[in-house]
Amino acid sequence: MSEVSIKEKLQAILADACSKIDNSDALDKLNEVRVSVLGKKGELTTVLKGMKDVAPEDRPKVGQMVNEARSEIEARLDAAKKRMEEEERAKKLQEEVIDVTLPARKANVGHRHPNTIALEEVERIFVGMGYEVVEGPEVEYDLYNFEKLNIPKNHPAKDEQDTFYINNEIVLRTQTSPVQARVMEQGKLPIRMIAPGRVFRSDEVDATHSPSFHQIEGLVVDKHITFSDLKGTLAEFARELFGPDTKTKFRPHHFPFTEPSAEMDVSCFKCGGKGCRFCKGSGWIEILGCGMVHPHVFEMCGIDPDEYTGFAFGVGLERIALLKYEIDDMRLLYENDDRFLRQF
Amino acid sequence: MNTSLSWIKRYVPDLDVTAQEYTDAMTLSGTKVENYEKLDEHLEKIVIGQIEKIEKHPDADKLIICQVNVGTETIQIVTGAPNVKAGDKVPVVLDGGMVAGDHDGHLSENGTRIKCGKLRGVESHGMMCSIEELGSSREFYPEAPEFGIYIFPEDAVVGADAIHALGLDDTVVEYEITSNRVDCYSVIGIAREAAATFGKEFHPPVVTVTGNEEDAHDYIRVSVEDTELCPRYCARVVKNVKLGPSPKWMQRCLAANGIRPINNLVDITNYVMEEYGQPMHAYDLDTIADHQIIVRRAAQDEKFVTLDGQERQMDENVLMICDAEKAVGIAGIMGGENSMITDQVKTVLFEAACFDGTNIRLSAKRIGLRTDASGKFEKGLDPNNAEAAINRACQLMEELGAGEVIGQMVDVYPEKREPVRVKFEPDKINDLLGTNLTKEEMLGYLNKVELAYEEETNEIVAPTFRQDIFRTADLAEEVARFFGYDNIPTTLPSGEATTGKMPFKVRVEAVARDVAEYCGFSQGMCYSFESPKVFDKLLIPQDDVLRRAIPIRNPLGEDFSIMRTISLNGMLTSLATNYNRRNKNVRLYELGNIYLPKALPLEELPDERMILTLGMYGEGDFYDMKGVVEELMDKLGMKELPEYNPKAGKPFLHPGRQAEIFYHGTVLGYLGEIHPQVADNYNIGQKTYVAVIDVPSLLPYATFDRKFVGIAKYPAVSRDLSMVVPKQILAGDIERVLRQRGGKILESCRLFDIYEGAQIKEGYKSMAYTVVFRSKDKTLEESEITAAMKKILNGLMNLGIELRQ
Repeated sequence: MSEVSIKEKLQAILADACSKIDNSDALDKLNEVRVSVLGKKGELTTVLKGMKDVAPEDRPKVGQMVNEARSEIEARLDAAKKRMEEEERAKKLQEEVIDVTLPARKANVGHRHPNTIALEEVERIFVGMGYEVVEGPEVEYDLYNFEKLNIPKNHPAKDEQDTFYINNEIVLRTQTSPVQARVMEQGKLPIRMIAPGRVFRSDEVDATHSPSFHQIEGLVVDKHITFSDLKGTLAEFARELFGPDTKTKFRPHHFPFTEPSAEMDVSCFKCGGKGCRFCKGSGWIEILGCGMVHPHVFEMCGIDPDEYTGFAFGVGLERIALLKYEIDDMRLLYENDDRFLRQF
Repeated sequence: MNTSLSWIKRYVPDLDVTAQEYTDAMTLSGTKVENYEKLDEHLEKIVIGQIEKIEKHPDADKLIICQVNVGTETIQIVTGAPNVKAGDKVPVVLDGGMVAGDHDGHLSENGTRIKCGKLRGVESHGMMCSIEELGSSREFYPEAPEFGIYIFPEDAVVGADAIHALGLDDTVVEYEITSNRVDCYSVIGIAREAAATFGKEFHPPVVTVTGNEEDAHDYIRVSVEDTELCPRYCARVVKNVKLGPSPKWMQRCLAANGIRPINNLVDITNYVMEEYGQPMHAYDLDTIADHQIIVRRAAQDEKFVTLDGQERQMDENVLMICDAEKAVGIAGIMGGENSMITDQVKTVLFEAACFDGTNIRLSAKRIGLRTDASGKFEKGLDPNNAEAAINRACQLMEELGAGEVIGQMVDVYPEKREPVRVKFEPDKINDLLGTNLTKEEMLGYLNKVELAYEEETNEIVAPTFRQDIFRTADLAEEVARFFGYDNIPTTLPSGEATTGKMPFKVRVEAVARDVAEYCGFSQGMCYSFESPKVFDKLLIPQDDVLRRAIPIRNPLGEDFSIMRTISLNGMLTSLATNYNRRNKNVRLYELGNIYLPKALPLEELPDERMILTLGMYGEGDFYDMKGVVEELMDKLGMKELPEYNPKAGKPFLHPGRQAEIFYHGTVLGYLGEIHPQVADNYNIGQKTYVAVIDVPSLLPYATFDRKFVGIAKYPAVSRDLSMVVPKQILAGDIERVLRQRGGKILESCRLFDIYEGAQIKEGYKSMAYTVVFRSKDKTLEESEITAAMKKILNGLMNLGIELRQ
């Protein structure tokens, strides 16, 4: 066979292959082309096998022509394959479109009680300031709940109207303050502690009262603790809890176990102090009681009041939770209705 | 405690502040104002008018047409009031003015505007007012007619401000007085604080010597048998008593404090009680046998009729005022019917005494009679105040012409109360407050409230009415109050830094909350006390130790009467609430104490155990609940699986679906399905599962330490075991065999199929496990696995288990 006729034949094969490739609409068709042209028994292979009939001096040239045709066909096959794969992927993506507005599948994580959320915030603030969290018994000796806090026998605060008694010596604690006395008695100074916990008062259940609620007691005892430290600490606490613009106001008050004593108001965090229904128009909300530890309390707990001073404060947890989360009925906190709890 | 601002101004005449300024400043200096009420809040343009002429209304029988001189002009007013006549001076609200209420005494929230108008065709240019329309009542204006227009006395000035003339241009202030400031339960006490707060002069009443040449000792003898309960008893006598109304100014003062004016004698005792904070009592001396007063304790079960006509029973701790024959009053609480003042009274015996506050409080409570007087006495009064008060009353009797005061006072006062002296240490005060005040500044503040400095002893002398001043801290509070709490600097504590800490138990509780919430449980809170009936509801046997609960001596009813020994009632009640409200798939948890007495009756504090209680109905079953338990233990670093004993013996759980949870031989708690009878008792209509974990039992095993174990490098080999197992053999029994006999190379075993039914012979079940072997330091050889499997199979055969081919 002559060089020319081989060349013609190769061109015919090439043209035929190209048109088959162009007309292929699936990967298996391309494969058929590959087999029929480039395969062991393919047309191009057949041409190559016919090389023995070519004059030796023409062989390199013919060989080159066959290789060029092969490369050309392979390139076209690859390009076609690539195009088809892309088309197929695009088609698949098209088919996989979903309605992203269908409902989500949630893990149904449970919710924390608003009291606990408020407590954790308070704990975070004070632990950050170097306070230790301490716990004390809820069923408590009269001695700690009253006597060591400067509330002697027959004090009106001990009235059965307010206190649940187990017997003459044992009560349900009416405040978290007895933890103060217990910690001071241990004599490890200085003290920076908070004592959160459940307390009990003989109040009938209604929208604003509960016979059981929670307080957080705070106590700092060290040398040179001053009333101005009390003010600074609690002002910082209020800003952390209610926002950096919160203002505080201290009013004189009376507690048997502190002297001087105060109540702290914070600027209303709903209206910013302009006056609204939350603050009953005053712009201020009463938030906690506090004072300098009474020297007689120190004496009863074995601390020398000439050497040490300290301050104490007590916050009502429910009060904070109700205010912060705008809960208008205290009973909700103890009903445990799922629709209530899920909101926190 | 209430006072009118005008009464305060009687003692602080220079006080010139608005009600709001007064409220703010007094609150900041320690006399907290709760509230104030302006009596003339809704009264505008109301003058004194005089009716000049009255004509009948042409078209209405019940209306009359009045021509009323209001000073500047004469206006026509149509009224239906039945009680007016020409010449009467009446309050008139002019066109555009405002009144507070209607003639029935209903107050309108924002007042009622009065405008010109026509009544049945006749023009009316204003309104004549009843006392009710002026926002008050006949209780406080006894001279006002029952129906109709208020009529001023003849000397009222036509055209003058009627509100002022009635004393309604006043503000009633309500205070919250703290229990340490007994002196502020009096108008004088508050006025003293007001003067100090505003830096004005304080003018207390000047009490002059009163009485004729006679001597009260000739009229009355007093003996006190129990001077502890009655440290002082003062008595004075007034003869030729002339009862009549008290003057308007006194009536106005009493009305503002909520006290109804009655007559001069009663009003004076009430006035002095409010003014001095010292209750007084007046007896008809002619009813006092032998003119002798004996103060003694009552006999047990002594009966006594108080002046409200009620017979009351005393006991030995009640102090009585008696004459030579009988009791005439309960000391400090209420006088007797037998000695009360009547219209026929000629000679009055005044009593101003000091009684032990605690005794009065306890007596009043036992008798069930709390009066204004007992309310004051129970705070513990200053005996030195009694003398001032009784003399003030006598002075008022003289000034008001209510009788002839007998000279001298009978006074039983064995132990005079002396002022308290406190060393003045300005440095200590500054150290406590964090201030830098000079000695002089401090003395300035102290002097404002009559805390006097005595230079030679360097002491502050506290008057006996100040029962709250004992030591430097008390003086510091006085200095701080008048320096201003707001002026004290704000600092943070210096000194040694401390580390914030959480107790381990609190951290474990936090993990429990996290795990419970991840698993879909929301946190509830339950009461610590409950009804003893819950034990029946929970089917707890009569002799069960759980029934040994601590009773509360004074509970809020049976439902809150014992301290809970089991947490389930709270959980089931909460789940029932949710079920009843049709909430679906509810999962709750609670962290709260139970209270286990060591002995009853309680002698030492009970064991308070923090319990994690999980409860759910709706989606999920026993094994979901079990998963939560194991999830918690995993998060607490408890690496091994707990063991479960199905014989937990909990009567409130399904007998075949309950398990006690063990870890290293310790019982951690239990879980199970609520017994259908118990679910019925709580009206929960779905299967309910609970898990109860004793937190203190977790603590020894819980840890936050974690150690990394290398991830396996060598391949695992797994074998499936398909078995026919006698029904009573538990999965736990099989797994125990697998673990024990599999040895170190056993990595895990997992149940992948369980089946009971037709193809399996009676009394057996089919179970299939995948057992995985792996060594951490080499590839296992076939022989090792075969050996381990052989041991396992032998073990299983011992349990009567057959291998399925």
